[in-house]
Amino acid sequence: MYEHDVLIIGGGLAGLRAGIEVTRHGVDVAVISKVHPVRSHSNAAQGGINAPLTDRGDEWEGHAYDTIKGSDFLADQDAVEIMSSEAGDAVIELERMGVIFSRGEDGRLGTRAFGGQKVARTFFVGAITGSALLHVLYEQSIKLGLGVYEEWFVTKLIMEDGVCRGVVAYDIKSGKLHTIKAKAVIMASGGSGRVFEPSTNALICTGDGLALAYRAGAPLMDMEMIQYHPTTLARTGILLSEAARGEGAYLLNSKGERFMEKYAPDYMELASRDVVSRSEQIEIDEGRGIDGNVHLDLRHLGRDYIEQRLGYLEEVSQEFLGISMAEEPVPVRPGMHYIMGGIKTDYNGATIVPGLYAAGECANVSVHGANRLGANSLLDTVVFGRRSAVHALEYIKSVESASKSEVDLKSEQVRLQSILDRPKGESIAKVREDMALGMTKGIGVWRDQSSMEGALENLNNVKTRVPHVSVEDKGKVFNTNLLSALELEFMVDNAEAIVHGALMRKESRGAHFRTDLPERDDENWLKHTLVYKDDNSNNGVRTDTSPVKITQWEPVKRVY
Amino acid sequence: MIVDLKIKRFDPSDSGGKTWWQEYSVDIHKDSTVLDALIQVREYEDTSLALRCACRASICGSCGMRVNGNAKLVCKTRVVEVAPNGEQIIVEPMGNQHVVKDLVISLDTFFDQIKRIKPYVQPDESPESGEYIASNESMENLLTSMNCIMCGVCVSDCTVLEVDSNFIGPAALAKAWRFVEDPRDSKKESRLSELNNEDGGIWDCTRCMKCVEVCPKGVSPMDRIMELRESAIESGNKNTPGYHHTESFYNSVKKHGRLDETRLAVDSAGITNVTRLLDLAPVGMKAMIKGKLPPILPHKSEDHKNIKKLYNKVEGEEK
Repeated sequence: MYEHDVLIIGGGLAGLRAGIEVTRHGVDVAVISKVHPVRSHSNAAQGGINAPLTDRGDEWEGHAYDTIKGSDFLADQDAVEIMSSEAGDAVIELERMGVIFSRGEDGRLGTRAFGGQKVARTFFVGAITGSALLHVLYEQSIKLGLGVYEEWFVTKLIMEDGVCRGVVAYDIKSGKLHTIKAKAVIMASGGSGRVFEPSTNALICTGDGLALAYRAGAPLMDMEMIQYHPTTLARTGILLSEAARGEGAYLLNSKGERFMEKYAPDYMELASRDVVSRSEQIEIDEGRGIDGNVHLDLRHLGRDYIEQRLGYLEEVSQEFLGISMAEEPVPVRPGMHYIMGGIKTDYNGATIVPGLYAAGECANVSVHGANRLGANSLLDTVVFGRRSAVHALEYIKSVESASKSEVDLKSEQVRLQSILDRPKGESIAKVREDMALGMTKGIGVWRDQSSMEGALENLNNVKTRVPHVSVEDKGKVFNTNLLSALELEFMVDNAEAIVHGALMRKESRGAHFRTDLPERDDENWLKHTLVYKDDNSNNGVRTDTSPVKITQWEPVKRVY
Repeated sequence: MIVDLKIKRFDPSDSGGKTWWQEYSVDIHKDSTVLDALIQVREYEDTSLALRCACRASICGSCGMRVNGNAKLVCKTRVVEVAPNGEQIIVEPMGNQHVVKDLVISLDTFFDQIKRIKPYVQPDESPESGEYIASNESMENLLTSMNCIMCGVCVSDCTVLEVDSNFIGPAALAKAWRFVEDPRDSKKESRLSELNNEDGGIWDCTRCMKCVEVCPKGVSPMDRIMELRESAIESGNKNTPGYHHTESFYNSVKKHGRLDETRLAVDSAGITNVTRLLDLAPVGMKAMIKGKLPPILPHKSEDHKNIKKLYNKVEGEEK
């Protein structure tokens, strides 16, 4: 049995930032991650990190309002105010840690434009901002001696008298289960893109942390808010950063028209993501697409500029489609990219479960509401990663050490063994694929009552198959077959919350666009949807809503 | 399209650590990557096949493997590149690192090397407010190294690590370069002197170019190592055989218009380093027996005056 004061699940930006904060306070902490920290999906953020730097004339209120408008007024404004007002310090801190942000001619940090904002306030490192931040936080974690359980997979949160007291975790390299007790647990395990097919997300984004918290009694909030990114590469679904449009790229239909003129005359290609994705889908659905895609055209930027500012985009376009952006437009389409929903937390990262915190994509503070602005996800991770650590440090002051009980370890050993002992059954990959295709079909860029009910029916069918998938690999060491069975169960929990959240919301708001109810309904639905796991109910869930916090910006019609 | 794969397997649970080759055929899209093919195998053909992969977009660094003998990121290696005529594709775990299972290697070797170079910025003092002021060029310069995703592909195929596990290795040295070049770092001199003096440091690279060839992110680790050597010399680190070798090479060609190999060997070892010189004696004897011993006294090249002029011209330009 291992024991720490604070245990952080996930080694991406939110997890490392939290770990660094706890370490700085000299408190015993460890990070546990199913992959080495530098493999985390924070890597995939390309375009940059937003921050209103007041010392150069920007105002945090401007960023806060853009974020709230982007969220279609579903974000909690007190949380957004915190994020926006702490953003400047967060970015300066990252720079001082060693991030090699692009500079302006005066040697100070330079910016680029990003969607949903009229002010260019996105700080960046080429088109590898997430990777550059992650590697620098990893460097700091080495400097500070932050311990990491590398390639350990959490299978269960330990709950004692309604309080979170640690985890049961599976050491992937040895195949052994262990108890790790903690006074506080911070969930920073990332999103659940693999619930959908296709998705820009890494294969590791299976919503493990959301499911763990959900099973422990925490509600998942606004899970219907699924972001479809406007520019994912044709066929492969690989992400092409919004930075392309931030630097001036056009979106063209088959007639060569910049079709965003029709949908967002003021912001054009830099309207918020839900708006651009829907516009693209209309063009494609109405027959003005190019083999199910639209074109992203960067040619007018010139090769040198593209290679200097968007090098990684040119690299993937060349590698995966054999197209040079400097010479040809690239076919792109909307693709599932991010979940705005997540474990409900307050602006200190605290969930309703004592001892359990959450930060980053798995959490819902809520600062993204119904649609996240590009370059706000990196900001979310560092601001709320830090804040959750600060609050957890306060919390543990009055908490006794956990019990020595290993009852959960024993029950998890039995559970995992029973999965291994199953007779030959269905393929895990096939069941996941059926679930994910059904989710994309029912909870897509567009949705309506019947599509969502279709997704639920499909999910219910998948649920009957999950207990019969088999694990053919019986080995102890690096048994990814067993892991994928456990991940499938986690994904199903995520899908459940997504479908029930979606069915609950009887309006269109942000990413949740219902063709049968196309208007926003502030009177009835200016509120969050909550889904609780409830094994006593017929459908396994209990749903509820909670109010949206409005501080200074009353909802108005959202026009770009 | 049918893709044929031959995969090196390793079962750690077998007491002898069983290794074997296994062949698979999968039907996938013609533009698929080698990773797509491997995932197809793992999901539908043989679920016991172990490999690491995550982003599928060459940014997480998980899926380094050897394909047809060279280390690659399999997510950015298209099947048609390595098997244009439908040849069988041979996939093995990366080299120079301990194999955990099948295509999964231990990450310890790689990250132990990284940790050796103090991989974090060490500034002297922070500005009172705001960011450090630095030119964009100086930051963009660092992108070369910052593009490194720590996939371990260069470490896998490094020909020095193959024979000397103490070498800091190409990835870690490229990372060291990033801190030496970072205008915010205050430890440039001590970093250079450590990299210069340390066993396994910058002078142990044999300049074989393999890391430049295999790096999937254009980091060109060897070029970074050569720049570190130059910086180390410029900072006055002139105590290594590597430096003496470089100096002797330079002087010999300048003086004679050609390389004086005998002098080069003696200078590199150090004229007063008797032990090292005695080590060279058997090599010299063997070379003499085979008729390969270079002349004891150097011949001058016919054109040596012109070569000297070239030297003077270049040196003049440098001044």
